[in-house]
Amino acid sequence: MKRLAVYLMCGADTPELAEAAVEGGADLIELGFPFSDPLADGPVIRRAAEQALAAGMRTAACLKCLASVRERVGVPLVPMTYASLLEAYGYERFAADAEAAGAASLIVADLPAGERPELRRVQLVAPTSTDERLRLAAEHTDGWLYLVTLTGKTGARDRLSPHLAGLVSRARTITNLPLCAGFGISTPQQARAASELADGIVVGSRAIEVAEEGPRALRDYVSTLRAAIDSAVPAIID
Amino acid sequence: MSVGLYGAYGGRYVPETLVPALDELAQAWAAAQEDEAFRNELDGLLVTYAGRPTPLTLAERFVPGKRLYLKREDLLHTGAHKLNNALGQALLAIRLGKQRIVAETGAGQHGVAVATVCARFGLECAVHMGAEDMRRQRPNVERIRLLGAEVRPVEFGTQTLKEATSEAVRDWLATVETSYYLIGSCVGPHPYPEMVRELQSVIGTEAREQILEAEGRLPDAAVACVGGGSNAIGLFSGFLDDDVRLVGVEAEGAASLVRGRPGVLHGARSSLLADEDGQVLDAHSSAPGLDYPGVGPEHAFLRDTGRAEYVSVGDAEALEAFRRLSRTEGIIPALEPAHALAHVAKHDVELVVLCLSGRGDKDLAEVVGL
Repeated sequence: MKRLAVYLMCGADTPELAEAAVEGGADLIELGFPFSDPLADGPVIRRAAEQALAAGMRTAACLKCLASVRERVGVPLVPMTYASLLEAYGYERFAADAEAAGAASLIVADLPAGERPELRRVQLVAPTSTDERLRLAAEHTDGWLYLVTLTGKTGARDRLSPHLAGLVSRARTITNLPLCAGFGISTPQQARAASELADGIVVGSRAIEVAEEGPRALRDYVSTLRAAIDSAVPAIID
Repeated sequence: MSVGLYGAYGGRYVPETLVPALDELAQAWAAAQEDEAFRNELDGLLVTYAGRPTPLTLAERFVPGKRLYLKREDLLHTGAHKLNNALGQALLAIRLGKQRIVAETGAGQHGVAVATVCARFGLECAVHMGAEDMRRQRPNVERIRLLGAEVRPVEFGTQTLKEATSEAVRDWLATVETSYYLIGSCVGPHPYPEMVRELQSVIGTEAREQILEAEGRLPDAAVACVGGGSNAIGLFSGFLDDDVRLVGVEAEGAASLVRGRPGVLHGARSSLLADEDGQVLDAHSSAPGLDYPGVGPEHAFLRDTGRAEYVSVGDAEALEAFRRLSRTEGIIPALEPAHALAHVAKHDVELVVLCLSGRGDKDLAEVVGL
């Protein structure tokens, strides 16, 4: 079965939203720990981070949020953040406390393969990654590879990136690890098309927007994605 | 595995998408430095287009009792040291076959320098600038547009250099295959800090020769203002191996070296204005070019090793120095080097070389209002 990951920003409503996302069919939750200067993020996640910070969602509060989500859902939880938070908190301490609070792994958007190799985390690869970098990321990653479908920041796009097929095909020749595609996936059509190529998808910006309408809207949205990716027919890539 | 380290600082903290481009840039930069044709073309442009060498002027009336020499980067074409860097990087962009240049700007001096070189070489140019900086540096916005570049207002967060830099990086993320990111200071991921330092080292190299010529000895101190730190690192690089005190002057409300903590911003580990959770704080300075919560990683390293010392000066003192230099020497400095000037008046050394990094025309409207 294809994996469906949903990104939510840490906040007071997050445990309830995570539960709704899992009811809708999410089988992994990425939890945004907000950073003041999120370089990789588009306007939706940037604004969500600004609001979360204004509401006091600092590292300790985010770890508590993670633990609360852990109490509500059984799927893997993966904090996604930026290096500055780990610098301040301590890399090892952050990893240990996140694990203790229920995290399955970590994603650090501005820590590419090669930087801080001792920190176990899910590595991102991009269409611009060379085969050498794909190999390095595959060697260092924690369980699966996060495929950035496009060159650019997070955020919904009209069409699925044409770069994904090539990236999946290159990654398959290098690793047998599961590949999850994210950035720019928001509609059921894109979800289906991406999951015909990759082993799973990540939905971020659109999930954040829908989550603003409440848990029910999020559950319904996630279930349309679930249905779309479950109907995906694996594409043959050469 | 990490590259571009200055002690515990520097590195490459960027999304993976940019790593291959940074590798390509580092290789191209190394190759360009070995290439005599590149060096000759840049040196030629620095002379015939930019107006190098800039003079070293003895300021006799500004601080009586000291021998204060001003390295006159304000006399460089476009009115600030920024052109040294913009010219070098534009030649590199051309070598890499990039037709579009992305840049950030704070005071607008870097934006003007980039727009200038893009006009000179026929390159497309997008300058990201905070809406607040666009308001307080209106003449530079108009200059950038007149030079044919696009100014992209950044209307969130602090609406100053920090957010402009983030937006320039996001622009580059989306267009990395066709665009070159022409960063304006010795900040950012490797190889930018090293590249910008080398391109600005012409300030220190000339200043060293000129002071030896004028005084027959090295200065007691080399002083420069520090925002991101490019004019300072350029000046310091000429005196690093000498028995010369190196003094960097930050703005009181943007003192990332005097009051910062280690953190990661815009691709590098350095000393930052950040809270205990690593969230970057807003900087505040009347000088937009200093209004930045980060600083180049090499400065953090020079501070820790004790090779350079860093102090801070407030808006009011800087403004006073701005007015005094205008009246005593007939030179209107930019508000940024006015911070360095304010410090020199208090500094207990006799012979000083100070980098007058830019001219003050851009600041007149703000200063009259202050």
